Parts: sequence; C-alpha cells; structure tokens
Amino acid sequence: MAGATFRGGIHPKDKKELSRDKAITPQKPPKRVIIPMSQHIGAPCKLNVEIGQEVKKGDMIGIPEGFVSAPVHSSVSGRAMAVGEFPLPNGRMVTSVVIENDGKEEWTPLKDNPDYMQLLPDDLKGKIRDAGVVGMGGAAFPTHVKLSPPKEKPIDVVIINGAECEPYLTADYRLMIERPNDIVKGLKVMMRILGVRKGYIGIENNKPDAIEILTQAVSKEPDMQVMAVEVKYPQGAEKMLIKACIDREVPPRALPMDVGVVVQNVSTTIAVYEAVRYGKPLIERVVTVTGEGIRVPKNLMVKIGTPVSDLIEECGGLTSTSAKIISGGPMMGFALFSMDVPVTKGTSGILVLPEDSAPSEGFSSCIRCGRCINICPMGLMPSMLSVLSERGFYEATKEYNLFDCFECGSCTYVCPSKRPIVQLVRLAKSQVKP
Amino acid sequence: MLGDEKGVFMKTIEKEQQFVVSVSPHVKSEETTSRIMWSVSASLLPATIMGAYFFGPRGVFTIALCIVFSVFFEYLYQKALNKKITVSDGSAFLSGLLLGLNLPPAIPFYVPILGSFIAIVVTKQLFGGLGFNIFNPVLIARAFMISSFPRLMTTWNEPTAAFFQLDAKTTATPLAILKEQGEARLIEMFGDKLNLYTHLFVGSRAGSIGETSVIALLIGAAFLIYKGYITWHIPVSFLGSAVIMAWIFGGKGALFTGDPLLHLLSGCMVLGAFFMATDYVTSPSVRKGQLIFGIGCGFLTMLIRLKGGYPEGVCFAILIMNCFAPLIDRGFRTKVFGAAKK
Repeated sequence: MAGATFRGGIHPKDKKELSRDKAITPQKPPKRVIIPMSQHIGAPCKLNVEIGQEVKKGDMIGIPEGFVSAPVHSSVSGRAMAVGEFPLPNGRMVTSVVIENDGKEEWTPLKDNPDYMQLLPDDLKGKIRDAGVVGMGGAAFPTHVKLSPPKEKPIDVVIINGAECEPYLTADYRLMIERPNDIVKGLKVMMRILGVRKGYIGIENNKPDAIEILTQAVSKEPDMQVMAVEVKYPQGAEKMLIKACIDREVPPRALPMDVGVVVQNVSTTIAVYEAVRYGKPLIERVVTVTGEGIRVPKNLMVKIGTPVSDLIEECGGLTSTSAKIISGGPMMGFALFSMDVPVTKGTSGILVLPEDSAPSEGFSSCIRCGRCINICPMGLMPSMLSVLSERGFYEATKEYNLFDCFECGSCTYVCPSKRPIVQLVRLAKSQVKP
Repeated sequence: MLGDEKGVFMKTIEKEQQFVVSVSPHVKSEETTSRIMWSVSASLLPATIMGAYFFGPRGVFTIALCIVFSVFFEYLYQKALNKKITVSDGSAFLSGLLLGLNLPPAIPFYVPILGSFIAIVVTKQLFGGLGFNIFNPVLIARAFMISSFPRLMTTWNEPTAAFFQLDAKTTATPLAILKEQGEARLIEMFGDKLNLYTHLFVGSRAGSIGETSVIALLIGAAFLIYKGYITWHIPVSFLGSAVIMAWIFGGKGALFTGDPLLHLLSGCMVLGAFFMATDYVTSPSVRKGQLIFGIGCGFLTMLIRLKGGYPEGVCFAILIMNCFAPLIDRGFRTKVFGAAKK
C-alpha cells in the first residue's frame, strides 16, 4: 500500500511488535504521585494546595498563569505530603506536589454535558482549558491556545496525528484500535470550535487495522477522511504530516495555522472529547512501557505524576541487559538519570534499551557522504551545521538555516561517522539569536 | 509475574547507578564509515581479479605494495604524531588498493612506495586526515608520479592470461595509439571494430592494472549503487558529458563523427567515474552539485584527451573538479522545506 508522504526521512526498525498487541490496561494505583506545576509550554502554574491538605481526583492543584498555560489537577485522592523542586523527565527542576494516594479514587464533582455539541465554541474552549488539556504527543503545547488562532489566520483543516512515527511507541495505536469513536467525537468538537469543514486522520501504513477501524468510524461523517501515509520517520512531525495529508507546505519558521491547519495528536483528541463531554480533567494518559530492557512490555493507563520506577516495576522490572531508560521515543526522547521522575502529560512512552542498542561510541570527522542532506525532512544541510558548530562558527550556521531544524534526529541516525549532529545543532542554537 | 516483586525492585535500585544518559536520538543505523570503506574495497574485487588475470604476479605485487605501504604510512604518521590510530577504518586500505589499480603493472617497486607516501601523508594526513583532504589522495599521487616518472608511468605491459609469464612484452595503450596514430590503426591492431570493443570491455588491453576490465568495474559499481554507497549522479553526468564531447569533437575533421564508445571503454574513464570521482570527501554532497561536478569531469577529461598533451585526462579532470567541490556545495545549497519556489 503506497501512501502520501514528504521528501526525505528514514526507516528505523519500528519495534512496535513488542507492545502493539497489548490492550490498554489500568496501572496498579501508585502509592504516591509527584505532580509538576509545569508540564506544558508556557507559564508554570501557581500552586493551589497546601501541605497536609486533602485533595480529590480532579481537584485543580495548579492554577494557570496567563493565556499560554494549562491548569494542573490531582490524579489521585489523598493528602498533599510535600512541595518542592523535582526533576522533569528532561532534567529541568520544577515545583511539584507530592500527593499520597489514599486509594479511594474519590472524584471531585464533574459536570456532565450530554449536549456538548450545542455549546458555543468559546465555551468548548473554556472546558478544554479548564481540563488542562495540552498536546500529548510530546511538545505539550496548551490545546486551547492552539484552538484559538488569530482572526487573520483562518483555519480550514484539522488533522488528527495518528502517525506515531517514533519506533517502539504504541499508545496512540491502541487508542485508535480501542476508542475510534471518541477520536471522531473529539475531532468533531475541534472542527466545531474552529468552524472547519474538513477533518483528516493521518495514520501510517504499518497500522492497517487502525486505518480500517477509523475508516469505519468516519464512514457516516462526510467531512472526515482517513489518510494512509507512508511509514517513515518523522512522518508525525506536524509539517511533514500536513504535506503528506493535504500537500501544503508550512513556510520556514511559520506555524501550521499559517497554512490554515491545526494538527492534534490522537491522545489529545480523546482528552478534548472527555473534557467537553464529561468535564474530565487530564489526569491520566496512555503510556507505552516497552523496549528490550523491559520484561513485560505494556500499554498502561497511567495517572499523571506516577514515578517511572512504579511503571517499570509493574512491567516486570528491568532485564539484566538494560542500560538506558528513555522518556518518550528513541528518536526524540530524553534519557533518564533517575527512575524517580514522574510521568507528565507529554510522556507517551517509557522505553528501556539494552546495552547493545545504546552504545556510547566516539565519533569521527565528517566524510561529506551527504546521507544527512538527502534524508533531512526540512531540506537542511546537517553536515554543514555540524561542522560549523563543532568549530565554533555559530553565526555561520544561520546561513544554513539553523533555526529551521526541529531536531528530529534523522541526520544523527544515518551518520556513518556517528557524529552527534543534533547536539551540535542544539549547541549552535544556544549560542546565537534567531 | 510480580512474585519476586521485592527482588525486582531491589534490582532496579541497584541498576540506577549505571544508567546510560545521553542525548537523542537513542538508536542509530548500523552504517559506519569503516563498513563503507571496506564495502567499496570489496566492490573493487572483480577489477582486481581481472587485473591479476591479465597482468600476472607483477600486477598483484604492485597492488600489494600500495596497500601495505598506504596502511603503513597512515599508521606511522598517526603513531608519530600521537594521534588515534585509524588504520582499521579501511580508508588507507582503499586508497592503497585504488592506487595500485591505477598503476602500470610492471612499475619498479620504489614508485608505488613513494606514491603511497604522497597519497596518505602529503595529500590526506597533512590536510587533517580523513574528511579534510581537498584532493583525492590517489589521484594526487598518480599525478605526482606521472610528472616525476613519465617514462615508468607510461610503460605498459601487454595483457596475458598466462599468469606465470614474467617477461611480458611492453606496448602502448589504446588511447596512446588513438592519439598518436589514429583510430584506423587501432582498429587494425585488434582486427576489426567489434573485436576492439570486446577486448576493451573484457579488459585484455594494455593499461593500468585495474582500469582495463570495464565489465569487472561495472559489476563492482552495480554493487555500490545497489547498496546505496554511491548514486548515479556523478558517474552518469561524468560519462554522459564525456560521451557527448567525444561524439561532437572526437572525429577527424568533421563535427559529430567521433566514436564515443571507444572513449568510454578505454583509459581510466569507468574506473574514474564510478570509483574516484564519487569519493565522498572530495566531491559535492548536494545532488544538483554532483551533476555539475560530473559534467565538469567529463568535459575536462575529453578536453585533455582531444586537445591536451596527455592521451588520458581522467586523473587531471577529477583533480581540477575537486577544487570546485566546496564551492559547488555552497552554490547549490538545498532548499528549506516550505521555502517559496523560485
């Protein structure tokens, strides 16, 4: 089966067979959760809980500050034990609340809305904001902001990102298989908010069952269409997916809204539906716990704030060869230095790799083979960026469009000299202004 | 499954001290520089075998000398300057092999040794080692030897399938005959035109050890293209422009009467187009730039063959284009995704 796509890209082994057939199961209730006040792009939340205070599931414990922000809710019922600086998966220290789970699973009262489709767009957006919904594909940009484009940027297409192009991860795949109708309803809500007549669901060809199930689910929705896209990394990058689905190119440094498109991840779409339909805040998400270093890979429904160590324990622990623990996928995820970091709204997977796939070998000089240039989805020349950055010519990297790199890692994947190209790009970005 | 829950938990705590923390991406392709170098060396095996078949032990000896001394000089240089020893990456081996294939079979032993020194130490290491050399080390060495030992570098053996016949007769290469005595004489020597082409294709003609057998070179080239180690861009534009030049200007007197096939099959054309012009380090890395590079190589090769003092121009043509490779890469920078089309 062919499928639309973009120019460039790579074909790493997808390794999804480790967890693809594992239905989503709820995790064992954690003893305690660590909930960071900043799990999103934008201003951190103001703490709304005191040490010793009893909280219920869904209580807002972090109040958003400013428009580009999202509230944070308790994912368990219990008592706030401590407040302090805790590391996020990416190593950043942020104010977090530790809540001891009393195991009662008591919810704060939620407002049911069977007639949610009658609500005005602004009310729908308000519910999405109040539920703390952010982009769950990793970037964690507040969803209500993405659904509020400026007037001069009319939107005519919403695309649901079901590509899940990162190897190993199967969280979105399981959601597409198990909850297709919620995805369709979530898409409908977003199309209503944006006044859009055309909705697409982009899915990579290696998930034919998901394509079939969702095609079935949208069969009564004339405005919606499932697009089978080529299996290729980074097919799930917004710009690449837009190119593949509707053949529009987002200009350099511009956003999808500049070509009339809003892209939302599958998990986010379901969170949007649950927010407007049940008033349910985003306090849990599907996390794929997988990799050759995990004894029993699973797709778990995980409460936000659960320590990674709990999930690894629940999945049978580490194998003797495990060497590296990653939050997210193998291409763009963060290697963890500790298992005490919590799952956040943007954590799509916990991946444990064995020693042989995580070698920390040295690198050698660029042999100008051009592989990175041919596969760069953004049409950049990563080899030049890496050489210039390595030598400290940071200003010159701008001539080679440094800031158009979104750090997908494809260049570093293909480099035969094993050069840390992405890292050299990050270094250059930290040294010059856009 | 969690029967030994405590044990597992202890183990994870124990493990915690040993996690590898590194930047993304966390998976990488299996391709390595040394695998590429060894694969390209392997792709030259058919040409090496044919060279050994036609030129006997002298040819094999010359190739071996080049390989041994190329690797040795690289080792020596890196040892002397206290650098990391990288001879196992295969690049010095490949340079040595290519240098050997580029030499007349019966060249006195000191010439390949000196050539290896020029290639590895002067052209490659003094410029910073693998990845930093401006010129193709093998071709600089060959150019050096042609200017320093013009007689020795143009003394060719007649091919012979009799492996142990050590006193092979010397003769001129088809290109030299073409240049000095004309095509008619060349055809006469080989009987008829078809016979000439066949000899050139199979490789039973005078020339450098590894350049003569076009069929063997094409087998190796097909392997490289299949594996993705080289693409068609440089070889096709190189050979294409040479063919057009030969056709237009290659004839005696009138335009458009040349014999492109003769030029294609003779000299170092196929070896150069597939195995030397495609050297990553010294050719452009951008596709469009590679086409310009190849066209330039083909054009200059034919200019030298038809109007220059040497019968063969491939070596100098590629070296001249090597100078332009960085400039071509600058001039043909890739278009950023989404940038307005010109």
